[in-house]
Amino acid sequence: MRIPISALIGLVLTAGFFLMAIFAPLIAPYEMAEVVGDVWEPRSAEHLLGTDNIGRDLLSRMIYGGRTTIIIATAATILSFTLGSFLGFTAAVIGGWIDQLMSRFVDLLMSIPTLIFALVVLSVMPVNTTMLILVMGVLDATRVYRLSRAVAVDINVQDFVEAAKLRGEKRGWIIFREILPNALSPLVAELGLRFIFAVLFLSTLSFLGLGVQPPDSDWGGMVKENKEGIVFGIGAALVPAAAIAALAISVNLVADWVLNRTSDLKGGRGG
Amino acid sequence: MAETLLDIRNLHIEATVYPAGEPAKDIVIVDDVSLILEKGKVLGLIGESGAGKSTIGLSSMAYGRGSIRLSGEVFLNGREILSSGSRGLRKLRGKEVTYVSQSAAASFNPAKRLMEQIVEAALEHGVASKAEAEKRAVQLFRELSLPNPETIGNRYPHQVSGGQLQRAMTVMALVPEPDLIVFDEPTTALDVTTQIDVLAAIKKAIQKTGVAALYITHDLAVVAQVSDEIMVLRNGAKVERNTAENIINSPQEDYTKALVSVRSIDHKEKKPSKNPVLVARGISAAYGNKVQVLKNISVEVHPGQTLAVVGESGSGKSTLARVLTGLLPPFEGTVTFAGRTLSRALPQRTKEDLRQIQMIYQMADTAMNPRQTVETIIGRPLGFYFGLQGKKRRERVLELLDEIEMGEGFLDRYPAELSGGQKQRVCIARALAAKPKLIICDEVTSALDPLVADGILKLLLRLQRSEDVAYLFITHDLATVKAIADSIAVMYQGSLVRYGSKSDVLAPPFDDYTDLLLSSVPEMRIGWLEEVLQNRKMESAGN
Repeated sequence: MRIPISALIGLVLTAGFFLMAIFAPLIAPYEMAEVVGDVWEPRSAEHLLGTDNIGRDLLSRMIYGGRTTIIIATAATILSFTLGSFLGFTAAVIGGWIDQLMSRFVDLLMSIPTLIFALVVLSVMPVNTTMLILVMGVLDATRVYRLSRAVAVDINVQDFVEAAKLRGEKRGWIIFREILPNALSPLVAELGLRFIFAVLFLSTLSFLGLGVQPPDSDWGGMVKENKEGIVFGIGAALVPAAAIAALAISVNLVADWVLNRTSDLKGGRGG
Repeated sequence: MAETLLDIRNLHIEATVYPAGEPAKDIVIVDDVSLILEKGKVLGLIGESGAGKSTIGLSSMAYGRGSIRLSGEVFLNGREILSSGSRGLRKLRGKEVTYVSQSAAASFNPAKRLMEQIVEAALEHGVASKAEAEKRAVQLFRELSLPNPETIGNRYPHQVSGGQLQRAMTVMALVPEPDLIVFDEPTTALDVTTQIDVLAAIKKAIQKTGVAALYITHDLAVVAQVSDEIMVLRNGAKVERNTAENIINSPQEDYTKALVSVRSIDHKEKKPSKNPVLVARGISAAYGNKVQVLKNISVEVHPGQTLAVVGESGSGKSTLARVLTGLLPPFEGTVTFAGRTLSRALPQRTKEDLRQIQMIYQMADTAMNPRQTVETIIGRPLGFYFGLQGKKRRERVLELLDEIEMGEGFLDRYPAELSGGQKQRVCIARALAAKPKLIICDEVTSALDPLVADGILKLLLRLQRSEDVAYLFITHDLATVKAIADSIAVMYQGSLVRYGSKSDVLAPPFDDYTDLLLSSVPEMRIGWLEEVLQNRKMESAGN
């Protein structure tokens, strides 16, 4: 199997980001909130990326911030997929008024702009990691619901599903053994994209001050902290911004490749 | 000697395929085929799927589907055409050589009226003025017995029937007065009673205009009616070429002999028993309270016997199967199984009821989960109904594989790794695994090549003897019915028109519809078509 060069770059970068997130405490030279120098020190041997707006080591903060970003985005994506695909499959298999009720409720949620909705919820609820994951997960689940319901409706009318129903199989078997394996290809490709959206969404929330709260920070929050520096020609805010872009692009490269590969394998061994 | 029109020399066609998980490789589709067609003659190309017959047909207009590579030489009217550029080909296609495809419904532009599309090629090539071309089209409509020849051209493709559309496409091919027409399975997608009209129309058109034709089909009985000569192909190579008469009456090669003797299964009719296994009484059903598709149907299936349900598309035969399985609850009538009345709807039926009635589908491709192995597919009913697990289950799966004449090597295969016939065999094994008393077979052989279908029918008959299972066999193919049925139900527009033992149903006097249906089944002899058309009592529904 040959991996195209773009996918290879994506894989290496993505893996790098995730390893960084997992081993953050081992890699980071300083503590997350430790003030170690002057405000906005330039790059030096001691501080490879310089220091931030109150003199914390920017590299260490980038590493810890990345950890926060990736963990929250991953958890939200997992939540949205579990919730969205399970409800989507169920609606497709059961059909009738239950499907109508769920689908119209999802339409209702989707008709409200996601960011506004999240801002409203987060401004009245206590902002902590769990709440962030919940809000992002539930909002994203509406998109996953739409996709998985559409895919499952297609699969549900195929003869092999009818054969399973004629055999007397329960809904659980039909959803998890007949439909799910055949819906994986489009869902896996969507997984990458939804993860990127989660990263961008979290960064937006933090930038607006409703995401991760100080002294902790994620990359979006770090852009906010250091944005005043740009006026003085200090590029500290650009580092987290570039990291967000790099993460988004590398995951996208992988997702593209997975989509191409799985659609080639339609009906095959499924990789 | 007559003048040579088409001369194909050492045609070799290759394509690159990309199998899943393997490196790309080149496969040979057509290997060193040469043929000569004289002006005004009809050559039938016959073979199974993958024989390369369509590919050869298209190469006579220097066209290849997808990324296939053609080499060799093709002379049309003495000019080599494979090497002529796209400009030269554009002058040629639609003028000297035209094409009639299998599915006219998919080939016509649904947004344009028939006439506009039919005269397009003639106008494009400047063969005739618009008025002349339309006049010629109307004349051809009349000759091919299309209704309202003056005005039918004003209709849109969806406003005429499938058989009419196929004839309209033949007219389209004839209007530019070509030297050669390529017919690519023009009647395969049609019902038998419609097929016969299209076949007659094509034959008449060829005779009247003196055009030469390549007639591609997998049905030897059909091609024998229209061709002067027949060329038998297999796996991209020539098997045999001879006059139609010689191919039918004295085939030389073993493969041709097998094709000619297809459906010569010997099956003695069994007498009905006292206790039928399944009784359907006064079944009426409708989709969505509006369209009534079954009207008061009563049939019986006897243990270890086969009831064949015959009819054209839209006759309601598949709907009957859906009612019996409980997928579509009838609004009237009862289904009794082994003395017990079954619930109308699927969710209310017991596991035991479900086990007793199994189903085999037309398209084995979609009837199996592409993500399950053969072992899972056959093993699931064993675990589900009998609680078999692990080693015991595997042993039983192997037994079943043995019964369908497939070996241990297939256990870990996925459906995509099986041939069409093997897929259908696995579906049969899955049905058998439940040890049912009745298997509903919904057109199980109609998507298969004749020889493969024959194998499946023989297997079904053998299994019926060894397992004592009854079949309700839904089909539109009367040759199949003759081969395997004990009793027959003929359906027409949702009603039962004739029902009884095979010998009774197939013996005269016939009602008009059964007569039409029976007489429309192509027989493997020359001159059959003319005979039938003379003796017909009823026009086909698609006319």
